[in-house]
Amino acid sequence: MTTGKLELSGITKSYGSRRVLDDVSFQVAPGRLTGFVGGNGAGKTTTMRIVLGLLSADGGQVELDGSPLTAEDRRHFGYMPEERGLYPKMKVLEQIVYLARLHGFSKADAAARATALLTELGLDARLNDTIESLSLGNQQRAQIAASLVHDPEVLILDEPFSGLDPLAVDVVAGVLQASAAKGAAILFSSHQLDVVERLCDDLVILAGGTIRAAGSRDALRAEHAGDRYELVSAGDAGWLRTEPGVTVLDFEGGYALFEAESAETAQRVLRAAVDRGDVASFAPKHPSLAQIFKEVIQ
Amino acid sequence: MNPSSAIWLVAEREIGSKLRSKTFLISTGILLLIALAGILIGGFASKNPEATTVAVTSQTIAAVEALPNVEVTEVADRGEAEKLVRSEDVEAAVLPDDGALGYTVIALTDAPGDIVSGLSVSPSVEILDPATTNPLLRYFIAIGFGLVFFMAASTFGATIAQSVVEEKQTRVVEVLLSSISARTLLAGKVIGNTVLAMAQIVALAAIATVGLIVTDQNEVLAGLGAPIIWFAVFFLFGFVLLAALYAAAASMVSRMEDIGSTTTPIMMLVMAPYFLVIFFNDNPLVLTIMSYVPFSAPVGMPMRLFVGEAQWWEPLVSLAILLASCVAAIMVGAKIYENSLLRMGTKVKLAEALRG
Repeated sequence: MTTGKLELSGITKSYGSRRVLDDVSFQVAPGRLTGFVGGNGAGKTTTMRIVLGLLSADGGQVELDGSPLTAEDRRHFGYMPEERGLYPKMKVLEQIVYLARLHGFSKADAAARATALLTELGLDARLNDTIESLSLGNQQRAQIAASLVHDPEVLILDEPFSGLDPLAVDVVAGVLQASAAKGAAILFSSHQLDVVERLCDDLVILAGGTIRAAGSRDALRAEHAGDRYELVSAGDAGWLRTEPGVTVLDFEGGYALFEAESAETAQRVLRAAVDRGDVASFAPKHPSLAQIFKEVIQ
Repeated sequence: MNPSSAIWLVAEREIGSKLRSKTFLISTGILLLIALAGILIGGFASKNPEATTVAVTSQTIAAVEALPNVEVTEVADRGEAEKLVRSEDVEAAVLPDDGALGYTVIALTDAPGDIVSGLSVSPSVEILDPATTNPLLRYFIAIGFGLVFFMAASTFGATIAQSVVEEKQTRVVEVLLSSISARTLLAGKVIGNTVLAMAQIVALAAIATVGLIVTDQNEVLAGLGAPIIWFAVFFLFGFVLLAALYAAAASMVSRMEDIGSTTTPIMMLVMAPYFLVIFFNDNPLVLTIMSYVPFSAPVGMPMRLFVGEAQWWEPLVSLAILLASCVAAIMVGAKIYENSLLRMGTKVKLAEALRG
């Protein structure tokens, strides 16, 4: 697979006088899962549709490996639309085979790929059932198969996890991770921040049509980590309130959550705590994605 | 993948999904059976008209027996004859009287035309410019061409319209357009449905031919052969034209419920030739105009060829006009289709669809 980096720069889009995307720039790197989060109406779907050429942007550009996207490049994209779309009366296998053949695979190759992928997604018992006879969760698995069957270089998935039970989320997450491991660049949107947090390597946060944060998950976390520490000790942690350079945010018995003005202060606190009794744990406190999200979209 | 194999794939799917629909198979079967039955019944009826039963006395038996296609029952007197007429055992009775001809015809409610005319004396008639075809036959052939065109064009036109809206409504189209272009998709749909419509026309033509041969109507067959072939050729291009328009019109709406709002004008175009040919199949001016207007040419030109009014070059000129309109319709249709396909929600305005 010849994979490239998908890069959006300065994308703007207006519907009439309403600007829905304003100078949207971010990257989706090959071999990585990029989570795309934002509130309802933030512009995620619009951005994805622009990348796929289903909508045209008013300004800015989308590049793959440094050159503007062409229709030919898009043939190697996989797409899962927000509103699920497959032929209701077509059989599951037949449908996925058809889509694979439209992407240029021979009949035999298409059938082999479709069968393998659907089996991996747990639909092996439903291959010859029509789409309309499947449960919503299973329709969604079929939809994911439709976007993946041609081994796309770039995968754009709009809410791939919505409506899936926790086991199905794991199955789909596994398939996406395997695809990323083979080198695909994957962009997926989701409102399930815990899933995004667990799964993604990179993160893009969109609010009101502008990018509020973009980068690797770990860097974002570190950036928003602040200087919060958590201390769990045997004795009462009340003494912390009188330590210079320390602001206690929360404490109860031996537990305390505090902000230290510097790393040295934090180390001093740890030593002091050890002097006062056994320390069960002492660690910098990382904010959850939900917290970062709320913080950056303000 | 190259566009032409993608077009075939789309066409194949269209054909496959239609052939798997039981409704379609059953209705096609019924249509073919009706066509076959119509021709067979028509053929046998014209060959063996039912004999008229007539009661006669010994004085009239000779005159009545000389008439074609009667079955006589000899009776003794008027009383017995009337009884048979009243009980409807016979359709008429012919009895001697003293009038100029020497017979009285007795019937129950209506005068039996064939007996009356058979026994009448008529002046000899000379027609200087005889009609080339039997008006009744002409009428039936007109209905035949009109109905076949109407049924096939509206059935497969509606099919293509539904398939366009289905893809839009279910958003399959967004997935499809990430792998093939709108024009490829449109071409595949038009070709797939044209193949189905032509298969139905060819099946009907084959059944008509077999039916005519079986019932020994070789004269009609000889007259109808060339017009049927022309009909098929005109239908092919006429349908491609209509299919492009149906697809374009359907692409402007996003829900099945709205399909009528944009395809009704095209439905009118499909119905027009059917009604025109029924009302005006004996009007050469209307038929001539019909045979050159692209939408009605598939019905008008074969009709004129059948009655022998068209010169040999006329179908060629009309076909050229049809081909040019076909190309124009495909270009306009493809533009509307491309511009409307991804616009969900309310109906796309025609001006917007054309502008892009």
